[in-house]
Amino acid sequence: MKSTLKKLGYNRVHKQMNDVFLKYTAKVVFLVIITFSINLFFSGHYTPGGGFVGGLLAAGAIILLLLAYDLKTLRKMLRIDDKRTITLGLAISFIIPILLMFFGTPLFTHQYTYLQLPVFGEVPIHTAVIFDVGVYITVAGTTLLIITLLASEQFMAESEGADKE
Amino acid sequence: MTDIIPILPILIPVISGIILLGVGRTNVYLHRVIASLTALLMVIVSIVIVYYVAQYGIIVTHVGNWEAPFGISLVVDMLAALLVLATSIVTFAVVVYSFQSIGPARERFFYYPMIMFMISGINGAFTTGDIFNMFVFFEVFLLASYVLITTGGTKVQLQEGFKYLLVNILSSNFFVLAVAYLYSAVGSLNMADIHNKLAAFDGDASIMSLVAVVMLFVFATKAGLFPFYFWLPGSYFAPPMPIMALFGALLTKVGVYAIARVYSLFFIDNTGFTHQMLMLLAVLTIVMGSIGAIAYSDMKKIVIYNILIAIGIIIAGISMMDEAGTIGATYYLINDIIIKAGLFLLVGFIIYRTGESDITKLGGLMKVHPVTGWMLLISAFGLAGVPPLPGFYGKLFIVTSLFDNGHVISGIIVLLSSLVVLYSILRIFISVFWGESMDFTKLKPISYDKLLFSSFLMVIIMVAFGFGADALYPLFDSAAQSLYEPSSYSGYLLGVE
Repeated sequence: MKSTLKKLGYNRVHKQMNDVFLKYTAKVVFLVIITFSINLFFSGHYTPGGGFVGGLLAAGAIILLLLAYDLKTLRKMLRIDDKRTITLGLAISFIIPILLMFFGTPLFTHQYTYLQLPVFGEVPIHTAVIFDVGVYITVAGTTLLIITLLASEQFMAESEGADKE
Repeated sequence: MTDIIPILPILIPVISGIILLGVGRTNVYLHRVIASLTALLMVIVSIVIVYYVAQYGIIVTHVGNWEAPFGISLVVDMLAALLVLATSIVTFAVVVYSFQSIGPARERFFYYPMIMFMISGINGAFTTGDIFNMFVFFEVFLLASYVLITTGGTKVQLQEGFKYLLVNILSSNFFVLAVAYLYSAVGSLNMADIHNKLAAFDGDASIMSLVAVVMLFVFATKAGLFPFYFWLPGSYFAPPMPIMALFGALLTKVGVYAIARVYSLFFIDNTGFTHQMLMLLAVLTIVMGSIGAIAYSDMKKIVIYNILIAIGIIIAGISMMDEAGTIGATYYLINDIIIKAGLFLLVGFIIYRTGESDITKLGGLMKVHPVTGWMLLISAFGLAGVPPLPGFYGKLFIVTSLFDNGHVISGIIVLLSSLVVLYSILRIFISVFWGESMDFTKLKPISYDKLLFSSFLMVIIMVAFGFGADALYPLFDSAAQSLYEPSSYSGYLLGVE
């Protein structure tokens, strides 16, 4: 993008591009990716997918926002602390198996039942889903933490001269 | 009960680590309280485990309630139980030691949670009965150890941490490769199941020799055997003292444990090749370690090279795979975990107190710290193997076994290495505690009661361990039994199939 603009004769190029198309598309695509990651997450029990892939995809969606905007704006959009997110995810995925040990089975033995719901018909309910929610949150949080840590120095430096909306 | 007990050594540190992460990093005091209480709880739990195993034999739980050769099993035999107990004791001592040594800046950067995650990985590697799961637990404790080795971010730590990272990632890749070879040859990942299949197999099992070489490469790198020890003196030298004690006492021992486990269970066919190779490397490790221990005048380096000597002695015992050799090796393994931690902590105390790690610049400390001096002397005797202390019994069994199997030269090298160990530690003792007095005004005005508490605790446990050797013999006999008679380990599968 920058090199193209330079070829066209813009010799002073802002470090952070205020690209309307990118920003608007990123918002829409973000929603699509998040929805798909939730879809992947739920399909994970019998088919490929699951908490890990879903979490990675969710982190990917947030990183798209990070690319379109900058770290400051992203932090304003999503007021979450990555480390808290990781802790929450880990806590969920360890509390559930421990609680399940009260059924008298070894660790990580799942329990399930089938519910009869009026519209959906027979719906399976698994404790593994709750464990997977923990995995989803942990993976998303960890990936995001790694990327933002790697990016933060550069972004912090660049956001000084970046566009102020 | 059998479902809950084997999982606890893994679960308790993880939960504690999550709580510590949740507490946030500002409240250092709370971190200390939680970490030390967890370590204490782990000591109690692992004593219960040892008692339970002694009473009822091997405890097995099948995680996720999947049946044995297919799912992951956690198998706690006496060897694993004793190692978990030793790990817990060392963790408690190191955590208490950290209060006054590591500094709040590092403590705030998730130091205690990382210790907890690392201990959980180590305990997992000890208790798992599945070779791929062992790889996973190796990764768990290695990831935490990457953080610990670089925590604080000084130049030498980053430099050596990077080396450590590269070496371990490379050897972990080979671990997966070895597991893949093994799986394609045997068709199972459950260690007991693999043993049963190989023991019943009467065809040509020479592919196992290849797997043995790859696995030896992996675990020798982790354990620091010759010629793969090159990263060890540098990497262990970099982090602060409590982390160094934890690494030196525990991480290499996981590699030793893995060697003992796989060489007793998998490589039973061509022992003339595999075990001879192991013994050759062990003897060379002893020689290299001895050279290093004498060559340096830096206290940390001396103790680090002593790790190599101990690793060599234990592996030499394991490579014999007879009753005396394995009893000696398991006994010396536990002894070495405890006394290496104690020695690191004592040396660390001297370094923190004087700010100097070169023995030539120190002297006459006996006037200020007489008890520490005698404790260091006792630990030197314990390490070298002066009779009532535990090093003696371990070496006695190992050397007996070496002589019985006709490896006279190796036996003599093991015996000579004791002299080197004694000399190298005594050199610290003589030049630091005796000799011309250094300038006592240069001593750092630190509070050190917890430093001394931890290091004396380890030495006292070591002495008690030596005097109680007779009473503890049945435990070590049953621990060694799963090595020299692997069918006693894999026997738990027979009830299932």
